[in-house]
Amino acid sequence: MSVPLLQVNDLKKHFPVNKGLFGKKTEFVYAVDGVSFEIARGETLSLVGESGCGKSTVGRAILRLFDVTSGQVILDGQRIDDAAPATMRQMRRRVQVVFQDPFSSLNPRMRVRDILAEPIRNFGLAKSAIDLETRVTALMDTVRLPREALNRRPHEFSGGQRQRIGIARALAAEPELIVCDEAVSALDVSVKAQIVNLLQDLQREFGLALLFISHDLAIVEHMTHRVAVMYLGKIVEVAPRRQIFAAPRHPYTKALLSAVPLPEPGAQRNPIILGGDVPSPINPPKGCRFHTRCPYVFDRCRTEEPQLRSADGEQWVACHLDELPEG
Amino acid sequence: MALLEVENLQTHFRTPSGINRAVDGVSFHVNEGETLAIVGESGCGKSVTSMSLMRLIPEPPGRIAGSIRFAGKDLLKLSDREMRAIRGNDISMIFQEPMTSLNPVLTVGRQIRETLMIHQGLDKQAAEAHAIEMLTLVGIPEPKRRVREFPHQLSGGMRQRVMIAIALACSPKLLIADEPTTALDVTIQAQILKLMLDLKRRVGAAIILITHDLGVVAEIAERVMVMYAGRKVEEAPVAELFRSPRHPYTQGLLGAVPKLGSSLAGTTTRLAEIPGQVPDLRKPITGCVFAGRCALATDLCRQYAPGLEEKGPRHVAACHYAAKGAVAA
Repeated sequence: MSVPLLQVNDLKKHFPVNKGLFGKKTEFVYAVDGVSFEIARGETLSLVGESGCGKSTVGRAILRLFDVTSGQVILDGQRIDDAAPATMRQMRRRVQVVFQDPFSSLNPRMRVRDILAEPIRNFGLAKSAIDLETRVTALMDTVRLPREALNRRPHEFSGGQRQRIGIARALAAEPELIVCDEAVSALDVSVKAQIVNLLQDLQREFGLALLFISHDLAIVEHMTHRVAVMYLGKIVEVAPRRQIFAAPRHPYTKALLSAVPLPEPGAQRNPIILGGDVPSPINPPKGCRFHTRCPYVFDRCRTEEPQLRSADGEQWVACHLDELPEG
Repeated sequence: MALLEVENLQTHFRTPSGINRAVDGVSFHVNEGETLAIVGESGCGKSVTSMSLMRLIPEPPGRIAGSIRFAGKDLLKLSDREMRAIRGNDISMIFQEPMTSLNPVLTVGRQIRETLMIHQGLDKQAAEAHAIEMLTLVGIPEPKRRVREFPHQLSGGMRQRVMIAIALACSPKLLIADEPTTALDVTIQAQILKLMLDLKRRVGAAIILITHDLGVVAEIAERVMVMYAGRKVEEAPVAELFRSPRHPYTQGLLGAVPKLGSSLAGTTTRLAEIPGQVPDLRKPITGCVFAGRCALATDLCRQYAPGLEEKGPRHVAACHYAAKGAVAA
């Protein structure tokens, strides 16, 4: 296989929290604690998990919105986690982002035209003023917004339209990878469907790779090629869509899937209801991080941390139970 | 007899740019012990409906008209004092945000005690004991310690449990739950839905569940009312509504949600889109409210608003063209 578009190796991001008088005693939030995965060109990888599992932090680390604690982020064979500002600038063009909240992620004082023109100017993509204008209008067509809207400001648009502007802004830089951080979560059902369809069309049209960060498993199943399930800063299972949804192996993945209410009245469902809450990422449990809520916990889970392993090279699971012979 | 009967409810707000008809002529009822779900997207008026039932709409700029009969009394005719005796006692409410709907400077115990002392006239000791009982009921571990804690010491799921404990403390006849699980993670949502189902069986309260999540509706509702642009567009028993939705908006809504397991059945087709967006409620709408987004709309729809018509057993929809009688699925 050729070089993957994006490679993430043992990524860690620990945020310091100051405790005690004068902020002396420093503790760390282990937001992301050793995460590795790859994304191929044109592929959608979804990162799923509950609040605080570190999925957004992974997205932000890839965008290099902050420096990572350790580990590597490799874009197209080149490390970007420690790239010098000049190199990084060029690499930034290739990875763009669409955020969750279309109300706060657009500058209210800029016209749509300027919002879209900014990345084109910054990366020197337009050859002339006419080329710039052509590009900006083409972007509006791509995201199916009327061209007249170019002179308006963000507050004049509905949530769904703003999210289209956000997507157009990401596309303006002609990226190869777009990080969608809960990009459809804040939208209403009917508008959500419009944006999901748009993202899928764009992926096909431009051969984009997507890192789709979401907690909505039904949307993820609809969109994705592969899924990585995160829990407390670690990936507990990665697999192609079919395996995750047909035969999840990690107890957390199973619980997560079974907890989603189905839009079918009277559907036969036996949700695995997990007790308790997600532990704090400041003091993650020793051993397997899921052991405090796992219905199948045994002694080894409390002391030894399971590593991601795979039997078939496709479905990777971090669970001691998974090593035992079937049956 | 119905526990709650709402007749032609109209909640309008005066705004600088005209009158916003947030709820415009909605009628429905809830029977004792029944769960009614009110479904719709942002701005359809579902939350304003629930706030109107509790008379929590500030007047002015709001104005509520119509009638809301609860156990024989018209709530809109009660004095503020009489209404206060009903809120939190006969009718109580759970809000979406457990983070902001609890008072951060009072202990959890004090907040549960408050309703008990005001409505049931319990003294402090008895109320405290009852508060601990309620926390046990909603599944909070170590309730004796938790009653003395403040909301910030609890997680989101725990806070929502506390909200439920407060709402159920006086054994209300009607519980209004406005998006009770929307802000929660799926595994916590599963815990809270199970809790609500268990409690309903034990306490026997009727529930009005306001939500946009069709999965949650299928899980716990018995009857569903679909709202669009301040009007009721369809109402049916839950199984009937999901099996044969009659209104094009309901059909669109159901088609726009991907189902878990769709990739296995090989049915990951394109999601159905409802083109366009919700009309501006500050302008009067002639004809059907959904006509602007409906693929089936004709001149008839644009001129005359359809009334709610019986389309099947206990199934009404407001559409000129919706099929009547039994429809093959």
